Amino acid sequence: MPRDLHPVAWWLWAIGLAAAASLTTNPLVLLTIVAVVAVVVAARRTHHAWARSFRFYLWLAAVVVVLRVLWRVLLGGGYPGDVVLDLPQVPLPDAVRGVTLLGPVTSQTLLAGLYDGLRLATLVICVGAANSLANPKRLLRSLPPALYELGTVLVVAVTVLPQLTQSIQRVRAAQSLRAGDTGRVRRLRRFLVPVLEDTFDRSLALAAGMDTRGYGRSGAATPRERRTTGALVLGGLCGTLVGVYALLDQTAPRLLAGPMLALGVAVAVAGLVNAGRRVQRTRYRADRWRPAEVAVVATGLAVAVLGWWVSEHQATVAYPGLDAVPQVSLAALVAGVLGVLAAVVSPPPRTPGAPR
Amino acid sequence: MTPAVLSLRGLTLAYDDRPVLDAVDLDVEEGELALVSGPTGVGKSTLLGVVTGLVPRFSGGVLTGSVLLDGVDVTQAPPRERAHVVGYVGQDPAAAFVTDTVEEELAYGMEQLGLPPATMRRRVEETLDLLGVAHLRDRDLTTLSGGEQQRVAIGSVLTMHPRLLVLDEPTSALDPTAAEDVLATLTRLVHDLGVSVLLAEHRLERVVPFADRMVLLTGAGQVEVGAPADLLRTSPVVPPIVELGRAAGWSPLPLTVREARRAARGLDLPEPPTDPALRDDPALRASGIGVAHGSTVALREVDATLHAGRVTALMGRNGAGKSTLLWTLQGGRRRRTGRVEVAGADPAALDAAGRRERVALLPQTAADLLYLETVAEECTAGGPGTRALLDRLVSGIDDETHPRDLSEGQRLALALALVLAPAPPVVLLDEPTRGLDYAAKTALATILRDLAVEGRAVLVATHDVEFVAAVADEVLVLADGEVVSAGPTRRVVAESPAFAPQVMKVLGPPWLRVDEVVTGVVA
Repeated sequence: MPRDLHPVAWWLWAIGLAAAASLTTNPLVLLTIVAVVAVVVAARRTHHAWARSFRFYLWLAAVVVVLRVLWRVLLGGGYPGDVVLDLPQVPLPDAVRGVTLLGPVTSQTLLAGLYDGLRLATLVICVGAANSLANPKRLLRSLPPALYELGTVLVVAVTVLPQLTQSIQRVRAAQSLRAGDTGRVRRLRRFLVPVLEDTFDRSLALAAGMDTRGYGRSGAATPRERRTTGALVLGGLCGTLVGVYALLDQTAPRLLAGPMLALGVAVAVAGLVNAGRRVQRTRYRADRWRPAEVAVVATGLAVAVLGWWVSEHQATVAYPGLDAVPQVSLAALVAGVLGVLAAVVSPPPRTPGAPR
Repeated sequence: MTPAVLSLRGLTLAYDDRPVLDAVDLDVEEGELALVSGPTGVGKSTLLGVVTGLVPRFSGGVLTGSVLLDGVDVTQAPPRERAHVVGYVGQDPAAAFVTDTVEEELAYGMEQLGLPPATMRRRVEETLDLLGVAHLRDRDLTTLSGGEQQRVAIGSVLTMHPRLLVLDEPTSALDPTAAEDVLATLTRLVHDLGVSVLLAEHRLERVVPFADRMVLLTGAGQVEVGAPADLLRTSPVVPPIVELGRAAGWSPLPLTVREARRAARGLDLPEPPTDPALRDDPALRASGIGVAHGSTVALREVDATLHAGRVTALMGRNGAGKSTLLWTLQGGRRRRTGRVEVAGADPAALDAAGRRERVALLPQTAADLLYLETVAEECTAGGPGTRALLDRLVSGIDDETHPRDLSEGQRLALALALVLAPAPPVVLLDEPTRGLDYAAKTALATILRDLAVEGRAVLVATHDVEFVAAVADEVLVLADGEVVSAGPTRRVVAESPAFAPQVMKVLGPPWLRVDEVVTGVVA
């Protein structure tokens, strides 16, 4: 049955792929992951406006690769090897010893920049995929009840931003209709004052609208209870973040990885349970967690685990040398391709207007 | 006896010792539609705000007296704690939308009240049908038309099953047909569900027929409450139909077109008016204009000629392309096809200053033009002659006033003076009548007529059929980006009932305005 998958499932899947990508610089594996992501997005993105943002992320990724390579060329060598382009080195004062500007460009320099940029680009594309597969606003709506108000604030911020650009366009057009200051600073004021006034008016109207519709009604919880809950949840989330970071960054102390992650999750869950008991708000047609969601998350997880295994046990595959054609092992290939299963196990998105 | 849904007792609201409302008493019973009216700036929005709790919380001011909802004193309760009893829809419903889609917006209030999911689901479906927006359920709120947005906004508070709906100018931004839709919906709610409605509106001609009770703010904080027919006998603001009734001495005063038509049977009408022949003197010629945003066509093959000395009205439903046409004629919006010529040049090919000398455009939000702290500074920045122009448009504006402290009509005049400063031969206005009361509209009409007499060509986009009847020589009707009707006002509005002013609905063509009938009868 066509339906929209739980947004959290898509995000976890994308994070899994991104984790695998961050553990390798093998361009073949990275390109496979990009291809897989593109296929899944093409097959499963929805019809809403934000779903079209994937193209923007592709461009961003391309820019990342180009910048990365240019950066390597600019900051020069460190990679001896076959000189492709013999640029003169710009002499720098002693104060910045260790930094080289330009200098001979070797094919190894270019490759290092390319591999590195490709890895970063893949991460960008994974985030873009999550963004176009699952409405970020729906993701915010899926926040646990205790974080509900934070979620609404974020949603409003996300909504108001495009209005700001509209407001700027409108004021620019309007100001061209009248004579006025043309000096640099005063001209800025011509745009800023009406735009700011408009933004304040809008914010106030929105705040009034939310208030008259019951936003922030005091539930059964006392302020003290709400503060405790908030502290527990936020503390837990921070712990989880640190844990995840340590897990991915091999140089971080190991104590931060497993134990910190477990502790963070535990505290966050305690906070959420505590909050859930008292919250009076309800959710309309909340996204449900069903087998397809589990399958999609499992795919992402499997990719991440395989990627980690390859980086641990097949270092030459995960981090290929710069002077030979990169090799691919079966495990690495599976890690790259496996993500495409998400397109198979997830239901097709719902067409707007059709029953869900 | 059950208490009234809303009772105000000795309600006083003052900003800096200046009372806006002074010891107001008011009751609104169950299933009653109460219309709040009065000139601009007498405190209509303030009265509504006090009921919803937004005043004084969002506006400042000192409130004394009490507000009772269903017999419960809520004077000190914030708006959110009244949400289950009072549903409020503000002047710009789109500004208060919190979510993305119609369905989520309808559910938002119920989520705050913590209703069970099954109840929410049922009510959303009921409300979608009740307001006739079921086909829009998945639509992005920003893509809705004005009328649809207004209905969704009403729906989004109705799902909370409030006892009282408070609406601030619900039809002011809407075209005549969409306004009738919204008002029909409201009447249905009042009749079928027993919801009480408290509604502020400038355009009485639209709302008076539906009102059970009228609350007339007379200035100085006083209110008069009574049946519309009684109050309108002496009210300073009246719709054309009442003006006609007063002039003809009808009793009881007719409030609907139907009643007036009956009363008018006995009326001894003078010779029907004829318009003097219009002189052709093209100031702006446009032909074959086509504008598209991406693959969406906004204007297709539009021809328009504006003649010096004429006021032309541009009408059409929300989203028909009126604003786009104005901006294209001014040259600020790029067109794909067609030609525009003003004083021997295409404004689109000129720079901003060159355009200003040929075409003046007053945009929809006139406040976008203003950015300085005093009227005097604005006039200086506008160039020589701006102040003199402003004094001619509206006299007696103090130099030191902040533009935001001006009344709607005064601010409009200031913006108009700024765009008119380079003395362009063509003047375009985008919905200038929004938020203006009858007095300000009459003043604006005089200004536009004067501009025409000076030999300028004036094009004014508006939804206000009474304003068109009062000011326009010609009407241009746009639909779906194409011109569907063009010609002298008397002929065009007679052809389309939706654009006919009340006098024409009562007396039939060619009558447009009350003054035509009255001068005729008196003479």
